[in-house]
Amino acid sequence: MTMPSEAPKEAFRLSQLIYDTRYRSMTIQIFAMVALMLMLSWLISNTIQNLQALGKDFDFGFLSQPAGYDINQRLVEYSSQSTHGRAALVGILNTILVAFMGCALATVVGVFVGVLRLSKNWIVSRLMAVYVEGFRNVPLLLWIIAIFAVMSESMPQPRAFREGGGASMLFGESVAVTNRGVYIPAPVWGAGSSILIAVFVLSIIAIIAFRRYAAKRQEATGDILPVFWISVGLFFIPSVLFYFILGRPVSLEYPELGGFNFGGGIHLRNSLIALWLALSLYTGAFIAEIVRAGILAVSKGQTEAAFALGLRPNRTMSLIILPQALRVIIPPLISQYLNLTKNSSLAIAVGYMDVRSTLGGITINQTGRELEGMLLLGLFYLLLSLFISWVMNIYNNSKKLKER
Amino acid sequence: MKKTVLFGAMAVAGLAAGAASAATLDDVRAAGTLRCGVSTGLPGFAAPDANGVWEGFDVAVCRAVAAAVLGDANAVDFSPLTTQVRFTALASGEIDLLARNTTWTFSRDVDLKNEFVGVNYYDGQGFMARRDLGVTSAKELDGATVCIQTGTTTELNLADFFRTNNISYEPVPIETNAEAQQQYLAGACDVYTTDASGLAATRATFENPGDHVILPEIISKEPLGPLVRHGDQDWGDIVRWTLNGLIAAEELGITSANVAELAAGTNNPEINRMLGSEGELGAMLGLDADWLVNVIGSVGNYGEIFEANIGESTPIGLARGLNAQWTDGGLLYSPPFR
Repeated sequence: MTMPSEAPKEAFRLSQLIYDTRYRSMTIQIFAMVALMLMLSWLISNTIQNLQALGKDFDFGFLSQPAGYDINQRLVEYSSQSTHGRAALVGILNTILVAFMGCALATVVGVFVGVLRLSKNWIVSRLMAVYVEGFRNVPLLLWIIAIFAVMSESMPQPRAFREGGGASMLFGESVAVTNRGVYIPAPVWGAGSSILIAVFVLSIIAIIAFRRYAAKRQEATGDILPVFWISVGLFFIPSVLFYFILGRPVSLEYPELGGFNFGGGIHLRNSLIALWLALSLYTGAFIAEIVRAGILAVSKGQTEAAFALGLRPNRTMSLIILPQALRVIIPPLISQYLNLTKNSSLAIAVGYMDVRSTLGGITINQTGRELEGMLLLGLFYLLLSLFISWVMNIYNNSKKLKER
Repeated sequence: MKKTVLFGAMAVAGLAAGAASAATLDDVRAAGTLRCGVSTGLPGFAAPDANGVWEGFDVAVCRAVAAAVLGDANAVDFSPLTTQVRFTALASGEIDLLARNTTWTFSRDVDLKNEFVGVNYYDGQGFMARRDLGVTSAKELDGATVCIQTGTTTELNLADFFRTNNISYEPVPIETNAEAQQQYLAGACDVYTTDASGLAATRATFENPGDHVILPEIISKEPLGPLVRHGDQDWGDIVRWTLNGLIAAEELGITSANVAELAAGTNNPEINRMLGSEGELGAMLGLDADWLVNVIGSVGNYGEIFEANIGESTPIGLARGLNAQWTDGGLLYSPPFR
């Protein structure tokens, strides 16, 4: 009988780095890391070398030089004597403005169309299908240009609004739709308007507090308060009351034709409108599909169970279906918001002065700082996208399935 | 996250990596074609004709350089460039020569690291408006909407002009001349401003050119000229002296018709030096002795190019004005070929 001899302790061999699973992953990671570092150092040295060959340096000092050019849409004070940094800020705000407006409208359109596409009415659901397929299968750039062209070619010129010009303002002489954009009345904040705003904010807080109280009471006693009507009342009555008590502090400034253009009011430029509508309708088509998928993902049994408990259809939708559908909807929705934000750089097609046009366009062209400008531009879009996904992730976490 | 940064850096480095090597002349010879950046379409200066062949005043500069270097005026690859991308295209080595009615300014020459080789058209910025607006002076344009090509000197002049005259305006930024034309004709802007020559060229293509006036104010100096990358002086010399050759040829009476005859030798030593029958000017540039014979034989002299593309006999109808020879009271003055 032979005794089972103990397996001899093997010495470490180099081939183990490849064939031994204990070491293999480490080996691969180290090689990948080295390759990555080599590539990075090559990129950097190549950039430095080429900058030297062109006789250029790497310097962000241009941001404090006077820009010298004018920007038509400014959300903050800016003139041609302001710095390139300021011009970049104006562009950044314009980008954020159109991205925010776009996300809001796209969500509304998307939810609306997504729900209607599931309608049992054949015409409605087909119409929505046509919208979705039409917008999502044609490049966004074409939609932007198409809307812009329609606005600038077919709307009347401002001088057509003069006597006998054949064009007239809408909504009681308050809105003018021209081929240079839409002019709407602007609010003028007079003395005491800050009190009015405070009252409005307070009534919003009151609505939220009341709703919490009503929900608690319903859980405790089963009594249902008329939440909707009381909310509506709280929303309007205090503000309207104080508006008159304070002697109408907020008035409207109407656009008026003077000289070459309309003056006064708020000027929504064609470029903004074209970009906003095209982005919203295009992204809205994608969101509609996401919403439809989300609703269809909730099993039919849920609806049937709710009906069996005696819940009415609209309550079933708001209490049973939508909360569950949201869990499916939100993650892809974040991607759509990011897409919309980045697609807003297509502003170049219609001359909307977003950050790509100011910092990434004119500033780069006037100062010759391509590398610096593009890096800043990339960094801005990166930060904005990360910020949007951070905010949306907070929302997602509040809605997702709580596992306990 | 890390990957995003990496790819971003790669893209940037990729842009920079295209930067050109030193000897542009060798590159052009090896490629067999000259890569020339031109306007995206400005009638008379650079526009494709019905057959898709580029022609115009700026295009002629490209063709002249191609004739000088390669002996073939048609060996040119044209890149239509917008005002915004033109300098990047040149700096990155995508093109060898930019002839795109580009204004010679200090910062473009010094800070943007371009090398302007001369001036082929002395221009100034003007305004065009509809006749029925009744505007007679640019100072009456308070509150007007102005179409302006972005990334140009005109954009900066415009801001300065309105600021110093204390009047306001609404800029409508556009990318190309064609886009400006469409916006202006649709009435989306009251006024179009660019170099006066460009206005004349654009107006010539309108259905009713008479309905539009070019306002009397010329608000800036716009010396337009071809440019090359900084750092290759030899290549800069070739383009500079090709342009000077075109100008000197007009002054000395060398035309496309008589250049072959004059090349055999004349009793004017400067003509002989230019056309290669005396001295070695061509060899000094690294070119053939008959380089200017090729140039003038294929595109003509400065005056011929001017008349054929933008002169008074064309629809654009520009007078020589500042662009006459110095002997006729203009600013064209070529240094001597010696």
